[in-house]
Amino acid sequence: MSTTDTTLESVVIRFAGDSGDGMQLTGTQFTNAAALFGNDLATFPDFPAEIRAPIGTLAGVSGYQIHFGSTKINTPGDESDVLVAMNVAALKANIKNLKKGGVIIVNTDGFDAKNMRLANVPEDKNPLKDGSLEGYDVKEIDVTKITRAALADSGLGTKEIDRCKNMFVLGLLYWMYHRPIENTVEFISSKFKKNQAVADANIKVLQAGWSYGETTEMFAQRYNVEPAKMEAGIYRSIMGNQATAYGLIAASVKSTLPLFYGTYPITPASDVLHELSKYKNFNIKTFQAEDEIAGICSAIGAAFGGHLAITGSSGPGIALKTEAIGLATMLELPLVIVNVQRAGPSTGLPTKTEQSDLLQAYYGRNGECPVIVLAAQSPSDCFALAYEACRIALEHMIPVFFLSDGYIANGAEPWKFPKTADLQPISVEFAKERKSSDDKFMPYLRDEKLSRPWALPGTAGLEHRIGGLEKQNITGNISYDADNHELMVKLRQEKVDLVANYIPEQTIDNGAESGDLLILGWGGTYGALKTATAQLIEEGYKVSHAHVRYMSPFPKNLGELMSKFKTVVVPELNNGQLVKIIRDKYFVDAIPYNKIQGQPFMSHEVVNKIKEILV
Amino acid sequence: MTIETVKLTSKDFSSDQEVRWCPGCGDYSILKQVQTVLPDLGRPKEEFVFISGIGCSSRFPYYMDTFGMHSIHGRATAIATGLKSTRPDLSVWVITGDGDSMSIGGNHFIHMLRRNPDLNVLLFNNQIYGLTKGQYSPTSEQGKVTKSTPMGSLDYPFNPIALCLGADATFVARTMDRDPKHQQAVIKRGYEHKGTSLIEIYQNCNVFNDGAFEIFTEKGSKKQQTLIMEHGKPLIFGENAQLGIKLDGFKPMVVNLADVSVDDLWIHDETDLVKATILSRFYDDPSVEGHFPRPFGVFYLNNNKMPFDELFNNQINNAIESYGAGDLDKLIAGRETWVVN
Ligand code: SF4
Repeated sequence: MSTTDTTLESVVIRFAGDSGDGMQLTGTQFTNAAALFGNDLATFPDFPAEIRAPIGTLAGVSGYQIHFGSTKINTPGDESDVLVAMNVAALKANIKNLKKGGVIIVNTDGFDAKNMRLANVPEDKNPLKDGSLEGYDVKEIDVTKITRAALADSGLGTKEIDRCKNMFVLGLLYWMYHRPIENTVEFISSKFKKNQAVADANIKVLQAGWSYGETTEMFAQRYNVEPAKMEAGIYRSIMGNQATAYGLIAASVKSTLPLFYGTYPITPASDVLHELSKYKNFNIKTFQAEDEIAGICSAIGAAFGGHLAITGSSGPGIALKTEAIGLATMLELPLVIVNVQRAGPSTGLPTKTEQSDLLQAYYGRNGECPVIVLAAQSPSDCFALAYEACRIALEHMIPVFFLSDGYIANGAEPWKFPKTADLQPISVEFAKERKSSDDKFMPYLRDEKLSRPWALPGTAGLEHRIGGLEKQNITGNISYDADNHELMVKLRQEKVDLVANYIPEQTIDNGAESGDLLILGWGGTYGALKTATAQLIEEGYKVSHAHVRYMSPFPKNLGELMSKFKTVVVPELNNGQLVKIIRDKYFVDAIPYNKIQGQPFMSHEVVNKIKEILV
Repeated sequence: MTIETVKLTSKDFSSDQEVRWCPGCGDYSILKQVQTVLPDLGRPKEEFVFISGIGCSSRFPYYMDTFGMHSIHGRATAIATGLKSTRPDLSVWVITGDGDSMSIGGNHFIHMLRRNPDLNVLLFNNQIYGLTKGQYSPTSEQGKVTKSTPMGSLDYPFNPIALCLGADATFVARTMDRDPKHQQAVIKRGYEHKGTSLIEIYQNCNVFNDGAFEIFTEKGSKKQQTLIMEHGKPLIFGENAQLGIKLDGFKPMVVNLADVSVDDLWIHDETDLVKATILSRFYDDPSVEGHFPRPFGVFYLNNNKMPFDELFNNQINNAIESYGAGDLDKLIAGRETWVVN
């Protein structure tokens, strides 16, 4: 049969199905194929909190959106061009974000009476029959039936056979977008190394999907999406949590300190633990503690002993660590606290993203307890900033918060990765042995950065005691002296402030150095704000975008940078946190723009809001 | 190469900080015994680390001229686990109290015991909250009248030894502040054990719970009320060593040596968990008729459970041996890359 080929600049595909339908895996495989082909891309996995949410229900719908193209791609896309719906619940949950006229590929088996009932759709409202999908390009395929037929002789049970359905869809989409299946074949072979029959079945169905596109009349269109014109170099695809883990490992290698990660499993931070625990041969020591508190406390023990000590968590887990963060601040030991933020308060929405904890990182401890705060802006930026977090912690003897969020933690993008040799060096010097004739060791004697010596147990002559009680400056002895306490509080703050001398200045990401409006963002909203800014500039607005990564202390020039704009808008996925700090620190009448729905910004929302503010 | 060894003394282990416990507090004796034992262990001073939580006892590290950390309430066990796991070359000690270890730090306490890192834990049990000025603790007897319980406490107390055995601890012992020799011997044995050594020390808080252990520690009643356990020896006690413990199946009974031969007595076997469990239940109120004497010494010793820090580091070494030292550039590049020209 004849097909026509169309070349597109970019495409958004959303895979949606039941949690058990393997949509995350399908999406990740498609992402790899697009990345290897050289497209720029961004992804957005969106899954339920329950591991096995009731089958067929709206609550159980798991989605994975990928936006890939031959141009710069900053977000997973506001709306999708193609929706894969494995059942009626998946369709119902995702149709509102499908472009008018978009393609829907449905598995008709997921639209039977049982699935309708589970999705709470009345029998006479079957979307495949009631005309509600008019205006969309609907491709109805009984994926279940075809998969079963293809595997009739496989010797596998129905349950195992049905688990291959997602491969059919993947094969079909590979065909539609001219992507080779080889990488996925290789992936399947290695994933099911120990179960040849299952590997064969998946590969067979993947090929069946491809052939279905090739042979049936249903698909007359195929699409080309050319490689993107990106900066020359070697690339790979990377997810945020993975990048975080690599950044930490890189810091361990560059500082030549073994890494200790004390933690407790929690969504969405657990993948950092999973990733780190694979690399024990890098001298990476992971410790799954009995709770969040033991996670951070064991890390404090490791820091005392001279390791690069890290703890990680999300949401309520960070709340549990706050007392120990206070201790680390008093001890003035290096410690990195990874917070993969999620929607709160309390348990909140564990799998949904939110810029929930900036104020907590800033202020969320008893007493005056300032720490360093960094926030990554994209999946690959997690590498750079996790590395920075370690560098600052080690070189300044101070706790550092590294903020990521559920959106960038699970999202993927192409990454022009650095060479180890090009990473900024991290210099660590331990205090040296003393003889009894030497002067007494002063554990709180400070250098020009106001940081104190890192004196490891086991070093002769450096015996000393540290603790959570206020201590005398220089000697480190317990002190209840009034003036000393004030001095120490000020010193701990000054120590944080001084870090501003050791970080890069704030830059404008896009737009002029002055203008009508500055969009001031931080964290995972980077892509959406970047896309929105580009559009606004194209439309002639005098708008610029700056994205803050060093949250505490801020880059030295931030105030001046803001002063060149008539209006500063701070879009955040929370109820207004950075905006409070900006107003407080700079007396800038910044305007908050907030979305608190557990979902990222869509760039058109931002565009509309900025236009509204500018009239 | 000659290694210069200077014999350390207890003075080498005293810091220049003024000791600030209440005069007469049992803590002084424990500090003294530790400072007496440490020089005999043949280990350089810089290898000792004392980590404590919060409470009267937790001031201990400040008075030791070793490395130390006075941390936060209940968490010393977790901090020490992290330190020992990453620095197995150190001798790490945990100083904790009944509230610190079994109330606010209960979770870390039991998990430390099950993991069994090679730590020496000195649990100062005074059955009261001293630092906060006298509220009942998780080891206070029921009905205790304190500032927070004017009508008497309602909680049933923990039996610390039974709790530790239940958590699969590998060295469980009890001693008392008023018996320096016994204390020193038990501390030494705890140090020698590879794995977590848990030593409960009856410690008198003469300000808020004076005399809580008097019946076990004072001359007039000590011999009659305590049972000093020694491995391989029969369980004998009493003013004139006239009484013994005999086992009838799993049922212990107090017998008079006038009626029963020494050969028929229970011979203490530290390695027997079932018997240690029975001994841990010798926990009756001494004022009750027919009660058992309170045991002191080593209840249980298990040398067959590899300490956590060893397992932890073996795994790292095995990984390096099997896969070779990690190559960061390779790791960052991953399996699939593409080139943009
Ligand atoms: S309050 Fe009790 S335990 Fe605390 S120092 Fe005074 S006597 Fe000792």
